[in-house]
Amino acid sequence: MTAEVAVLGVGMHPWGKWGRSFVEYGVVAARAALDDAGLAWRDVGSVVGADTVRGGYPGYVSGATFAQALGWQGTRVTSVYAACASGAQAINAARAQILAGLADVVLVVGADAAPKGFFRPAGGDRPDDPDWLRFRVLGATNPTYFGLYARRRIAVHGDTLEDFARVKVKNAAMGALNPNARYRARVTAEEVAASAVVADPLRLLDICATSDGGAAVVLSSMEFARRHGAADPVRIRAVATVTPRYPNTMLDLPDIATDSAVATEPHGEPFRASIAAAAYEEAGVGPEDLSLAEVYDLSTALELQWYEDLGLCGEGEGAKLLREGVTAPGGRIPVNASGGLASFGEAVPAQAIAQVCEVTWQLRGQAGERQVSGARVGITANQGLFGHGSAVVAVR
Amino acid sequence: MSRTRTPVVAGWFTGDGNAFRLLGTRCSACSSVFFPRADTYCRNPGCDGGELEEVPLSRRGRVWSYTDSRYRPPSPYVTDPELPWEPYALIAVELESERMVVLGQAVPGITVADLAVGMEVEVVPGVLHEDAETTWTTWHWRPTEVRG
Repeated sequence: MTAEVAVLGVGMHPWGKWGRSFVEYGVVAARAALDDAGLAWRDVGSVVGADTVRGGYPGYVSGATFAQALGWQGTRVTSVYAACASGAQAINAARAQILAGLADVVLVVGADAAPKGFFRPAGGDRPDDPDWLRFRVLGATNPTYFGLYARRRIAVHGDTLEDFARVKVKNAAMGALNPNARYRARVTAEEVAASAVVADPLRLLDICATSDGGAAVVLSSMEFARRHGAADPVRIRAVATVTPRYPNTMLDLPDIATDSAVATEPHGEPFRASIAAAAYEEAGVGPEDLSLAEVYDLSTALELQWYEDLGLCGEGEGAKLLREGVTAPGGRIPVNASGGLASFGEAVPAQAIAQVCEVTWQLRGQAGERQVSGARVGITANQGLFGHGSAVVAVR
Repeated sequence: MSRTRTPVVAGWFTGDGNAFRLLGTRCSACSSVFFPRADTYCRNPGCDGGELEEVPLSRRGRVWSYTDSRYRPPSPYVTDPELPWEPYALIAVELESERMVVLGQAVPGITVADLAVGMEVEVVPGVLHEDAETTWTTWHWRPTEVRG
């Protein structure tokens, strides 16, 4: 088991389409997290930024961008990019610095300003970039991959469109209670069914939007937390950021083909499950210990996949778990009490940090109407392009 | 004016008609197959590395999954904004002997209503788009029951 770090503060800039710079969202989130921690910017020894590829050069050096916006003060600075897992890798970099004794207090910030419509690759003619190739050769947007996964679940596990809609209904009901969510309206199954098909079998309301937003956490050593008067803080006990294992037999974004399993038998534990397993092992907990989970519902069908990958149920049983209400508020293991990506839309580098914000509020008992009663252990799970994924376990 | 036929990516497929095949590479040491082709190193972590030799992939496979694009994809996908958008199906195909899944567009006219997981499909030459000088060629998947 790895030593723990304390979550002293969390903060967010509400998700939406605000039309401003990602730096603004990040600064609002950072100040909120510092306030929440009862600390000033000058108390921070290190800042870690989760980068965005949509903000030009400042986005590639987001740690410095946020540090400059808050006012240069000679802190240690780190910027990380890991697609959808950028936020979790930023948290992990901060944790490593604290556990190595390089810093007592680290501010982690991620923010994005998303374009209208589909995410698209960086510009120019780049035939050596798989992300460029999948658009050039196939026109394969992110939702088409979600459509492939959803159709596969229907064929293999017998999931139905009604099951997928039920995920949206559940998450929208929670998002309606979350002041940081972009979509605050409840949604009915009929509304999901009436929305336009984007990538068969998925409809507009099955697929998460892309959003502006910012999230930040202030982490510290346990020793600093005690000195600071935080006797019983939320603690991060694990951050898993493992890669897939060859041969990766799941068709992942942005790939046009899987690895071939002709020379090497695939590992029994597929990529997403291996992320969860690494987090459980590091934290010394298992799925039976969880009070809640925040998972990456890029689509409704993917949320069901995560139930299985987190070990909340057996393979193919995700829809059953949902139908039985196990993952709903009041169920044994509420999933996406925040409202999930269904209610937020994805603000890539902020999203994995936002998941940790929600788990922190839940573990503190500060989640208001969304509160999961008696929450003690929470997990976040996330996956993105180019073999990135993450899971964070927090306890109190 | 006649257009030049140019593959959308060089070296990914070859041949005409029934001789059309996707091209991958195979490591001479561990026999791992790569598509899109790997030409510089073998990615199997258990392999010390061998020569990567060009190899045609199986013509036929089975549908692993499928979907479609109901909205116009962004650039660098090339479309004519003057024309109404025509959705096309995408098929992920499991190749048995290579033990891998390869994505591709379905032949024009095939929609998701024509497809099922497990259905046999074969690779055929296709056209991605045309401009003034060039016909950009690609591969398509076609259900084997369909004859056109």
